[in-house]
Amino acid sequence: MTPPRLGVALGAAAAGGILGSLARAGLTSWLPVSDAFPWTVFWINVVGSAVLASVPALAAVRRTPWLGVFLGTGVLGGFTTMSTASEQSVALFEHHHVLTGVFYCAGTLAAAVAAVAAVGRWIPAPDRVAAEAAGVDE
Amino acid sequence: MTALLVALGASVGAPARLLAGRVLDSRTHWGTLLVNLVGSAFLGWLVGHGVDGRPLTLLGTGFCGAFTTYSAMAVQSVDRGGLRGAAYAVGSVLGCLAVAWAGYQLG
Repeated sequence: MTPPRLGVALGAAAAGGILGSLARAGLTSWLPVSDAFPWTVFWINVVGSAVLASVPALAAVRRTPWLGVFLGTGVLGGFTTMSTASEQSVALFEHHHVLTGVFYCAGTLAAAVAAVAAVGRWIPAPDRVAAEAAGVDE
Repeated sequence: MTALLVALGASVGAPARLLAGRVLDSRTHWGTLLVNLVGSAFLGWLVGHGVDGRPLTLLGTGFCGAFTTYSAMAVQSVDRGGLRGAAYAVGSVLGCLAVAWAGYQLG
């Protein structure tokens, strides 16, 4: 699987990024978290990571590389966010919820990595390598 | 209006991340790491500076949210595996936390 041309890839990333970001913004405004732990963004990042790990398994993505960039780099890259996760942790620390901040930070990483590893067991290694070469997870 | 601002920010953030990945990612995903660090620092600065409302929706939720990525970092670290993958994941999270905090303090 060869990566799509740069112009096509940029367009696919932009279109997907808009959809993923709108979904994230929608979820965080409809499910505002009242207690200290930012569950909405936690689940966005964990579920988004697990879904990204499953993208290489889609036959359509193997046939159409720009679709992989649209779904992976675009939709799921736009859906999940490192900046909000970091900023929320900083806010927890600043409001003296230090333990909650540590659990949020470490818990998101542990859950995301565990979810990706669990999904990855079902994806053949050549598909994972091909998807990475096509720029699905940038 | 909110949706339009999010979409506008994301339409710049996501392709900028792809570009950084294409130029800088190799065996180590320097592009993704750089994007996550820069986006986290910028969002920290925005919040620390007291930016809110529409500007925060455009630049924070839209641009920074789409520019940075958690899913690619998680998948890249599992794909690398071993000590290298673990170092990349932990380094990303701690690094982004540190620069977000620094940005917040500067803001």
